[in-house]
This record gives sequence, C-alpha cells and structure tokens, in this order.
Amino acid sequence: MTFLKINNLDIEYQTRKETIYASKNVSFTLKKGEIIGIVGESGSGKSTIANAIINLVDKPGKITNGSILLDETEICNNEEVIRSIRGKKIGFIFQDPQTSLNPLFTIRDQLVETIQTHTDLNYEKAIEKSIKLLTEVGIENSDKRINDYPHQFSGGMRQRVVIALAISCEPDLLIADEPTTALDVSIQFKILNLLKKLTVDRNLGILIITHDMGVIAEITDKVLIMRHGKIVEYGKTLNVLSKPNSIECKSLVMSIPPTNKKISRFKYLSPEGKQIIDSSLNLTKNIIKNWGIRELSNKKILDFKNVTKIFDEEKILSIREPEDKIKALDNVSFNIFEGESFGLVGESGSGKSTIAKIICGLLPPSKGEIKFENLSLFDPKNKMKIKEFRGQIQMIFQDPYSSLNPRFKIKNIISEPIKFFQKNIDNYSLNQNVNDLIDIVGISRTSLDRFPHEFSGGQRQRISIARALATKPRLLICDEPTSALDVTIQAQVLNLLKDLQEQLNLTILFISHDLPVIRQMCDRIAVLKKGTICEINQTENIFINPKHMYTKELLRLMPKIKSIN
Amino acid sequence: MIPQIIKTFLDSDIGYSFMKSKVAIISSVIFFTIVLVSLLAVIISPYNPFDPKNVSLMDAFTPPIWSVGGSVDFLLGTDQQGRDMLSTMIYGSQISLIVGFSSIIFATFLGVFLGVTSGYLGGRYEIIVMRLTDVQLTIPSILMALLVDGIARGFISKSLHDDMAIYVLILAIGISEWPQFARITRAATLVEKNKEYVLASKIIGLSDIIIMLKHILPNILRPILVIATIGLSQAIITESTLSFLGVGFPPTNPSLGTLIRFGNNFLFSGEWWITFFPAIFLVILALSINLLGDWMRDALNPKLKVR
Repeated sequence: MTFLKINNLDIEYQTRKETIYASKNVSFTLKKGEIIGIVGESGSGKSTIANAIINLVDKPGKITNGSILLDETEICNNEEVIRSIRGKKIGFIFQDPQTSLNPLFTIRDQLVETIQTHTDLNYEKAIEKSIKLLTEVGIENSDKRINDYPHQFSGGMRQRVVIALAISCEPDLLIADEPTTALDVSIQFKILNLLKKLTVDRNLGILIITHDMGVIAEITDKVLIMRHGKIVEYGKTLNVLSKPNSIECKSLVMSIPPTNKKISRFKYLSPEGKQIIDSSLNLTKNIIKNWGIRELSNKKILDFKNVTKIFDEEKILSIREPEDKIKALDNVSFNIFEGESFGLVGESGSGKSTIAKIICGLLPPSKGEIKFENLSLFDPKNKMKIKEFRGQIQMIFQDPYSSLNPRFKIKNIISEPIKFFQKNIDNYSLNQNVNDLIDIVGISRTSLDRFPHEFSGGQRQRISIARALATKPRLLICDEPTSALDVTIQAQVLNLLKDLQEQLNLTILFISHDLPVIRQMCDRIAVLKKGTICEINQTENIFINPKHMYTKELLRLMPKIKSIN
Repeated sequence: MIPQIIKTFLDSDIGYSFMKSKVAIISSVIFFTIVLVSLLAVIISPYNPFDPKNVSLMDAFTPPIWSVGGSVDFLLGTDQQGRDMLSTMIYGSQISLIVGFSSIIFATFLGVFLGVTSGYLGGRYEIIVMRLTDVQLTIPSILMALLVDGIARGFISKSLHDDMAIYVLILAIGISEWPQFARITRAATLVEKNKEYVLASKIIGLSDIIIMLKHILPNILRPILVIATIGLSQAIITESTLSFLGVGFPPTNPSLGTLIRFGNNFLFSGEWWITFFPAIFLVILALSINLLGDWMRDALNPKLKVR
C-alpha cells in the first residue's frame, strides 16, 4: 500500500550569485513495511528532500513545484497540516544523538512531552507508554533508566532513545537522516537491526538518508541514487548495486571498497562512460630526482615499544595525585618496516589517533620508547637530532576543512615546509619544487594562487598530501584521510596514496575505522581495542582467519556488499 | 588601483552585507566625515581657536547664528573667551580621536600579545595572565584611568603636566581596555590551536613564535577587529569623562570632554550652546562607531551570514 507519494518535487536555493537546484523533478513512492534509501554525494540534495517532507527546508530554500502526498493528503508547503503530522505521523531521527536530545531534561520528560502533545493520554499512561517504548528499542531496566538525563547514556543508547521518541506517537513514516554516521560499526549494526525490526513489527515506512553504501546494502529494499538534485537511478537495492545502468551509478558502485577481496587500485569512469586509467607515473620523476633514489631495505623504520599514555588533566595547583586514571594506550608495541603500509583499526576511543600524535611528537608518551631509525624520539639528549628528523615523519589529517590554513594561498601552504627545511633555497628551485608537488597530487598549477576555501574536500585532501610530501618524508601517517570524503573521491585519493607509496617508496601508517578501506590499503594490520592491541597480522590473514574474538566480532558486524567489476 | 579595491570590496560577502545595511552606510559616512574633518582641521575649520590673534573677548558668549544676537562669523556661537565653537570642536575631536585610536592600538597590542601567548602556551603562564585580567576587570576603567593619571602626575614635574597629558591619557585608557582583548583572543586561540592546520605546522617543526604569528594571529583577526571598533568608542568616551573630571586635557588644548566641562559652568546662565554642541558631537561620534561595530560583528559572524 503506497502511502507516501512524491511527485516532480523541485527545490531551489536562491543565493546572491546563482540559483542552486537542490532537487529537480524528484518522484518516488514508499509503501508501508518498506525501507527506502537515498544515497548521494554531499550536496546532492538528499537531506533537502527529507526536510521538504516535513516542511523544514532552510531559508533561502523554497519548494517551487511538485507535490508530496501522505495518505492522499497534500502536505507540501502546507504548514498547518504538517504541524499536526510532524511527530505524529512522521518521526524524524537525526544524525547526531549528542545534540538531538535536550540535555536539561530527563528522558522521561522528553518522551512524555512528545506523547502528550500528540495524544490525550494522561501523565501516568504516558509514562507507562514511554517505558514500553524504551524496552522496545532495547534499553534494559527501562523503568529505572527513564529518569536519567541524556548524558548518562552512551552514543548508541542515545540514538535508541531518539528512535523511541520518533516512534512514540505511532508514526507511519520514519525519516532517518544519517542515523548511524556518528556511531561505531558494532553499534551501527545494532541500530540498523532495530530499524529493520521496527519496520516489520509496526508496519512502518522508513526513509533512510546516508552516504554509506554498506548501510544501504544492509537494510534497504529500494534505493534512490541522487546527483546534483536529480535522481540518476531508482530501483530494487540488489538490482541497482549489482547491475547499475547509469554511468554515475556505475562509477559510484565501482568506487566502493570491496569487503571480500583486495584490489590493486580503484577504477573509475569518465562522464562519457569510458574507463579512465590514471596514473601519476611520469609526474613523479622530478620528485624522485629531487629526493634522490631510495632503496627499499625492508628494515625496521619505526619501533613503538611498550608505550602507555595516560591523559592527565594538568593539575597545576592541586597537590594530590589522582588515583584512577584512564589509560588511552596500555603497553602498546608494534614495528613498522620500510616500504610497507601498516594499518591501525579500531572503534572510536581505541587510541588510534593518540598513537599517531605520539609518533609525530605532538604528545609525549607516559611510558615506553619510540624509535625512528634507531633514534629514540623522546630522549632529551637527542633534541637537536630529532629536529632534523621531524620532516621525515609527516601526517595527513582527517578533516580537509580545518587542515589547511584558510588565510594562506596554496602556494604558501606548500612552500612553507620547504623553506623551513632548506633555509637558503632560491626562488627558482622553490617554485620548481612546489610545481612538482602540485603536479603529482593532480591539481592544476593555476590553483597555486588561490585560497583553500575555493577547493572541494577531495582537492583539499590532495593539497594536504602535497604539503606532507614537501619535507621529503619517509613515514607518512594518514589519520582517517578519507572518512570525510564521498565514496568516489575516496577512491581517487586512495589510488593517489597507493601510487605515491609505490613510486616514492614511502612507508605508510594508515589509521581508519573503516575495515574495507583498511583492507584495500594495508599490508599488515593491528586491531586496537580500548588502548590495547588485540591482534597484529597480515591483512589477508586478519580478514580470512581472524584469531582474536574482537576481530571476529568486528568482521561479523561490518556491512557487506558484494563487489562487482 | 583604488576603484579596483572598492570593486572587490563591494563584490565580497562583507561588501554585500554592507550595502544591504542602511545603518552601516549612514554610520560609516558620519564616522569617516568626522575623521576626515578633524584630520584636515587646519584647512577646514573657520578659525584656529588657539591663535590669540583670532580670539577677541569682545566676541565672547555669542549665541549660535539662528538665535537673537547671533553672528554670521560664528556659526555655532562662541565660548567665554570668544573662541569659535565650531573650530574648537573640530580641533577637540582631533585630540579625542588621536587619544582614542592610540589607546586602542596600545590596548590591542598588549591584550592580543597576552591573549595569544597565554592561550597557545597554556600552563602556569596562562593562569597568571588570566587572573591578572580578572583583577583588572574588577576595577572600573574610569577608576583605573584616574589611578594611572594620578600616579603619573606624581612623577612628572608640574611644568610638563600639560604636555604629557596626552601620553598619560593614552597609557591610562589603554591599560584599562586590554583585558577585553586578552580574554577574547585567548578564547579564539584555544579554538584555533587545536585545528589540524596548526598541528600540521607543529609536525613540520615550525617554532611556536612562527605558528602564533603566521598561522594563528591572521585567523583570529575578525573578533579582534570587532572589539577594537567597539573599544574605540569606549576609549573616546573614557577620555571625555576624564577630561570632564578635570584630569584630562588642559583648557589651552581642549578635547571634547574639556569643552563640555567648561560649558557646564555656563549652562544655568543661559549659554547652553557652549556645552550642548560638544556633547551632541560626542554622542554622534560614539554612536556611529558603535553602530559600525555592531554591523561588523554581525557581518563577520559566519553563523549570521546573509546570502
């Protein structure tokens, strides 16, 4: 039974310089008991459509055409009708469970308020119902926990409470905008299962918006692929993912890192549908000449030995030593050999980024020793030597929007480290150097005079890579370098990293929470959990034959997509 | 060159928001007119009120031109010594603006230096600096300025008092204004220093001084600019208050505050214009700066961006 019908929906954003179409001619239908997914790159208009259904399009956005029918009622641009429907017939789940609950009220107050707004249950009945809802979404001891405040719940639990809020008034339609993006893999798995169960139990229609193809493959029945506000493909999930028709969809599917095997590099399609085999092979010649030829020696380059890190709020005035400290890293040891890609994988809070920061010298370890080429990095005796070695370890950061100084031109961003390490470099060779670096990361030389805000996330990440390479590093630390990027862009950046590693004989420490990406990138993997290493092994061994319980669990929960070629 | 700069300014987001805000246009026109007139005081003002040959006691207490007894020679009347009100006001505003700008520049340098270093370096140094600002903020700025002024008078010989007044005032007002700058720059520095571009510079190995000067400072200029603008009007008002209280500029070299003080003596005897015009002038000046600062705060706030 179709109950949501969207017809020819057009949404425009009028800005000073241009009009942006967030949605153009979008039509689809949703039946009860069905889960439909909207996927697309950032800026493709997926969230705008969800907001349009509940008439919450941000200004200056405007619905200019089309209709949204819910149970045969026109709700498009109809604020009076929609107000009675919002929350009652349509439930909404937001991306970030940290901010979608009011921290000043208990869970009980928030649930009861929502229930009483839309139904005429009295207070006791409403509480009774809230407890039942919390039990339904899988919160234990719900009669006690209902009196807790949001901060007393963990992230996953909080998202469950948000779901309980969304279904509290028996809605027919549930809109989930990136419901699991802020959550770890294991919690994501549980939340997705809960949504699936609710669809069946309550006969709901669910609209899921996500950029994660794994989530789509895991739970949706139908999928809608969007690009620049237009639907490029719409159909049964299995069909779309295995036999995509449009070029956009094909290139999207090809960019998804396969979970079941390692491929040498990602392929992608030109807008005309031809396969592009790009390679920066010729461009690295100049760089290699500049750096000198490096021999692959396979010897130990980094020795991370028995490192413990305790985060201590610097107690400057208090004399008493705090007793129970949380160990961010507990006796962690591993080695990295020259020329390999070493992966660190773990959920949030497992200490991945702490390791990266310690190696870079941003944080001192509380205990233990880190040796780079047999030089102890935190030995005060080596202070002068370490300064020269700093350039050999470089890092690429997660967030491309804050990793470049917004007030610097690209030229200055890249030339700053060069000038720092080669104090008396002349202008000609400096320019030459910068040009070589910008060439190999695939950005045109004309962009050197522009500022970071003029570039997209993927381009900024390329510029970050160029900056990291400017100091002639040997160890490159990549801290979630692609988790803020769209799938197709991610594929390109990963390809670039692979090429660079191969040709420049770089050693890479790759940090990620994303198992498929780690599988494509790394030779060896260490699995981290709460500051301890569970397992270190060759990539294929980890994926095919995991030894540790936690690794097995992670692999089981990983959303799986069958890869296509 | 200059038309080019104006064009790029009008094309930018800030220029757009400027052209959309009537308040910003009007107040900036008023403010820049006052600045221009006081800069060109020698050319523009009808008389040089401090030149004895222009002053005649015969002209004393001439009312403004539109009142009975007004004279075409003195548009806004004259004071008790026969000085032209309009000219003294123009010269007075010049002094007020010089003191305002210099003291705010002094406060900005001191406050931004302490704010950036304490935010970036942290530790004991930060605690000490921040407690100092707390202490400083508990002392009202007028009281602080009076204190500095009083101490300075004790050290400087009496014959130099009048010449040194301007430096003493700049120091006094600057010292009472810096905590605002220190607090805001420290907060902004704390945000910036954990951003990844700063971490990247640290990994490259750049020294702390270079990171603070080249990377952090340019990125926190916006809030500094906003409080500097609003601080400017405060500084001008503080200067006038001090002069009104008699610890500021001497009658031979009057600022707006000094003019108001003198006029105040004649207010009840009917010569209202001697105090009224400088007071109104001060209000208009301070208001136009404040409105400009208000607009700037909104325009530079990315959360309130006008599309």
